[in-house]
Amino acid sequence: MTKAVLKTRELSVKFGGVTAVNKVTIEAHENELVGLIGPNGAGKTTLFNLLTGVYKPTSGEVVIDDGDQLVNINQLPPYKRAQLGIARTFQNIRLFKSRTVVENVLIAMTAKNRPYVVQAMLRTPSFYKKEAQNREKALSLLEIFGMTNVADELANNLPYGQQRRLEIVRALATTPKILFLDEPAAGMNPQETQALTELIKQIQVQFKITIVLIEHDMNLVMAVSERLYVLEYGKVLATGTPKEIQNNPAVIKAYLGEEG
Amino acid sequence: MDKAHIKYTLSWATLTLMIIILIFVMTMFGIIGPYGMTTIVLIGINLIAAVGLNLVIGMSGQFSLGHAGFMAIGAYATALIVTSVPTIFGFIISLFVGAILSGIVALIVGIPTLRLRGDYLAIATLGVSEIIRILIMNFKITRGPAGIFAIPAFVNWQVVFGLGVLSIIIVVNLVRSPTGRAIIAVRDNEIAAESLGINTTKYKVIAFVLGAILAAIAGGLRASFIQSVSPQDFTFMQSITILIIVVLGGIGSISGTVLTAVALGILDVVLQNFGSLRMVVYAVVLIIVMLFRPQGLLGRSEFSLKKMLFDSGGDHDKGRSKDA
Repeated sequence: MTKAVLKTRELSVKFGGVTAVNKVTIEAHENELVGLIGPNGAGKTTLFNLLTGVYKPTSGEVVIDDGDQLVNINQLPPYKRAQLGIARTFQNIRLFKSRTVVENVLIAMTAKNRPYVVQAMLRTPSFYKKEAQNREKALSLLEIFGMTNVADELANNLPYGQQRRLEIVRALATTPKILFLDEPAAGMNPQETQALTELIKQIQVQFKITIVLIEHDMNLVMAVSERLYVLEYGKVLATGTPKEIQNNPAVIKAYLGEEG
Repeated sequence: MDKAHIKYTLSWATLTLMIIILIFVMTMFGIIGPYGMTTIVLIGINLIAAVGLNLVIGMSGQFSLGHAGFMAIGAYATALIVTSVPTIFGFIISLFVGAILSGIVALIVGIPTLRLRGDYLAIATLGVSEIIRILIMNFKITRGPAGIFAIPAFVNWQVVFGLGVLSIIIVVNLVRSPTGRAIIAVRDNEIAAESLGINTTKYKVIAFVLGAILAAIAGGLRASFIQSVSPQDFTFMQSITILIIVVLGGIGSISGTVLTAVALGILDVVLQNFGSLRMVVYAVVLIIVMLFRPQGLLGRSEFSLKKMLFDSGGDHDKGRSKDA
């Protein structure tokens, strides 16, 4: 088996008296596509927020593989985690709405590029050159996802499916090692979901990154995931391949309730 | 730099030059008297402060009510240095000292307070501004509530005009660079910006510090032009005066700020014949604009010479602002 790029050990978070995530130990491997499912309120998004740094855990730890050593990223703020190669999309779309599509991608490239403030102030020829190069890079990324024709549209004016797509492109522009997708198919029609399925598979192959996916659309999850974790009441209920999960009695019970 | 950029930079330069010549000619023929000249200088000073504030409020989206405090730092730096070194050299040094001091204060204040949001940040910056004013009122060196008089004058309209153009160029060039894109990203969606590896506090602080530096320069110019400073010049109302320019012009539009600074300055001149009715008319104008253009005169858009003169379409670099 390939090495793990992301691990959690007994990760827990409490909000007042509620333990939203309870001693969760999971791992994701290199170039693996991991699905995270569970009924509403199971703690999936909370777990995502713990992994990406929006919340700090009450106990336990999050570890990522940075080159050849394992780094504990428990205390790092989200932007530092992003710089270490963690990218994410959001359940409720969070684009920079007043900016164009290509600018959204350019903003995502800021953290990885050296800033050129002096050149920008003086508008030297090298500034224009660098700007053109960055734009070129952003456009070529958009081209992979068939979005060059809308590059200069305001992000706010894109149709819903395209906005979701742009969020993924923007996350990829940070050149991540791990991509977290939080319900990417939410609000999509079957055609859009089908296109998304293709897209996620394409990203995994083309960018060679680890993808962790939260999704309620079972067709999508089962089609793309190599391994699944099932969460219930903040705990890992089961793990396995999509087939194993589909036949797991505990999972069926969690989703459909007790028989009889 | 390709041809389009040169062409477009030249057209802005031409426009600026035309305004300079216009002011010269109007002075020569006596259309602009001493009072008119004073108005032009005060417009320029307000403009520099307002452009700085628009960077903070409009671009980085942080609602600051403390601009007067930073103006006070610049004004007192100039007042103190120029009274002891009454040369043009001393004046230039004093502007730098004021700007650096103000930047440092903004840095110290900004790092903790810029984590606050909305109303909380507004109250915190207001508090900082008041603290600066009260310190100035109580320090011996700043001569308490009476302030400092007989400051040598080194400011004429050419100096203010030049610095006005310079501050606009600095702000516009910053906004249209990767740094500016990051600042705007923080305004548009802080959580998303942070998830992309952008250190949101850093970019908010950059905008805040640069805003404070411009405020200090405006304060320094004002001190040397009016030739006196006192703590009463930098109360909450001064922050509001600058804020009105930004809000009326359009939060996030530099050309809107320029337009409003000039328009309000001219309105002031027109209204001086109305005596005490002046403040009423001023208020009515503000209310009318806010009723019909709540997003400000220009909203977030910029006045673009490129679009007017040679619209090439599809070019991502929009027009640059001007001074007047």
